[in-house]
Amino acid sequence: MERSRFSTTLKESFGYTLVHLITLATVIPIIGLVGYIIARGAPAISWEFLTAAPTNGMRSGGILPAIVGTLYLTLGTAIFSVPLGVAAGIYIAEYAPDNGVTRLIRLAIINLSGIPSVVYGLFGLGLFVNFLKFGTSILSASLTLSIMTLPVIISTTEEACRSVPNSFRVVSTSLGASKWQSVRKIVIPQSTPGIITGIILGLERAVGETAPILFTGAAFYLPQLPNSPLDATMALPYHIYVISTSVPGMPVQIQYGTVLVLLVFVLGMNLIATIIRARARAKRVW
Amino acid sequence: MKKFIIENLSVRYSDNNESLRNINLEIADHAITVLFGPANGGKSTLLRTLNRLNDLADVKEMSGRVMFDGRNILDKTEDVIELRREVGMVFSRPVPLPLSIYENVAYGLIMEGEHDKKKLDDAVESALRRAVLWDEVYDRLQDSAYAISGGQQQRLCLARVLALEPEVIMLDEPTSALDPVATAKIEELLNRLKEKYTIILAPHNIQQSARMADYAAFFLMGELIEYLPGREMFLTPRDKRTQDYITGRFG
Repeated sequence: MERSRFSTTLKESFGYTLVHLITLATVIPIIGLVGYIIARGAPAISWEFLTAAPTNGMRSGGILPAIVGTLYLTLGTAIFSVPLGVAAGIYIAEYAPDNGVTRLIRLAIINLSGIPSVVYGLFGLGLFVNFLKFGTSILSASLTLSIMTLPVIISTTEEACRSVPNSFRVVSTSLGASKWQSVRKIVIPQSTPGIITGIILGLERAVGETAPILFTGAAFYLPQLPNSPLDATMALPYHIYVISTSVPGMPVQIQYGTVLVLLVFVLGMNLIATIIRARARAKRVW
Repeated sequence: MKKFIIENLSVRYSDNNESLRNINLEIADHAITVLFGPANGGKSTLLRTLNRLNDLADVKEMSGRVMFDGRNILDKTEDVIELRREVGMVFSRPVPLPLSIYENVAYGLIMEGEHDKKKLDDAVESALRRAVLWDEVYDRLQDSAYAISGGQQQRLCLARVLALEPEVIMLDEPTSALDPVATAKIEELLNRLKEKYTIILAPHNIQQSARMADYAAFFLMGELIEYLPGREMFLTPRDKRTQDYITGRFG
């Protein structure tokens, strides 16, 4: 009797230790990676690095055009994908009847997010660059990234709406609110933090992607900043690809510096999403 | 005067979970009509039919007539939004909307399109006074509705309905989540409110049914077994099944 209880405790503590070790094993490489990039990239970061154009065949100078280009692409992607994605998510969660067509749409959205990003790039090349004749431009690249981002935004918006308790909808309806009034006054405000988190996570994916912009809007090297949505642009992920593979004699420091800037972008967005979520959870009444 | 005249009403959900079979019932105004009986008897379904809240649920079949103020509210042409303003509802668990106390009470009016600050202020105060909640919350109307106790929340839910100046107030097990003191407050309130409103109450126990009923309807498995004035129902029920339920043989 005594002994079997002892062995149960032993088993349990062994299990806990194992789980802890596994968790540690997944976290350590991430911390190591980020730490390494910070250590190697930080010396490259300077005011000039962030605000000047590359010089000497990108072997010196700064990365401003790539930073600005990434900002433009993020903004462009947001303009197209956020209104459409949020509206679609709300529609699917609140209005779409639960039938075969809706299930098919949901399945399509889930599958869309599993498509390799290079396929999006080729699709964008075919549709936006060639067929619609937007050329290799910020517009084409933003539209391509939007299509890639949409599934994320749609499904997180839908999820956020669904997590609002149904009793709120019933009560709101019982007080003489129309469907749209219930959605606007109760469901949307309650799911806004979740929707914003989804938007940020979707855009964050767009920020870091190379393949979709490779054929649709990214430029190898541009001496000046783009001044129209129909201009091509430099962008951080593609710039990293270029300076790591195509420029002989590239100083390693600049490579790490550029990676660090992109990493700060992505992690920064992630951090904002986490903060929004945590604050909303603390305020939530249900 | 009869507020509702229900004729041959049958309701069936698509999962056949709870249904009503051929209900005939007249509900008197300015009185408390109690619907009682074991769970899944059809009480909630009836309540949710009277304000067409059932439209939100998966109803497969609804037949018969429900006359309210001379019109059949089951008609396709019925303005259900207006109907829900006239036939208000309080639910078994207090569900304040995730808004302030003030916004909860003003909610229905704002949805109706009332934006005059003065009118809203007056309506909120008047509704909270009728729900005997004003003295407890007047100095914190902008606080979250979740900052007050469960009993207060349920009176807030009642005030929310009263603000719309309804004709009928339906309450579905309104005190099932409350302690005896809060329950007594609600019961006392309902006895006062019945002078102005038609009240339909589905209590969660027989004792409350007996205390509150001016008229009582006994529901069993989707059927209306018996409908009598309250005193008669609980002292001398005619149907064997009603007797058995009231005396605790089943349920």
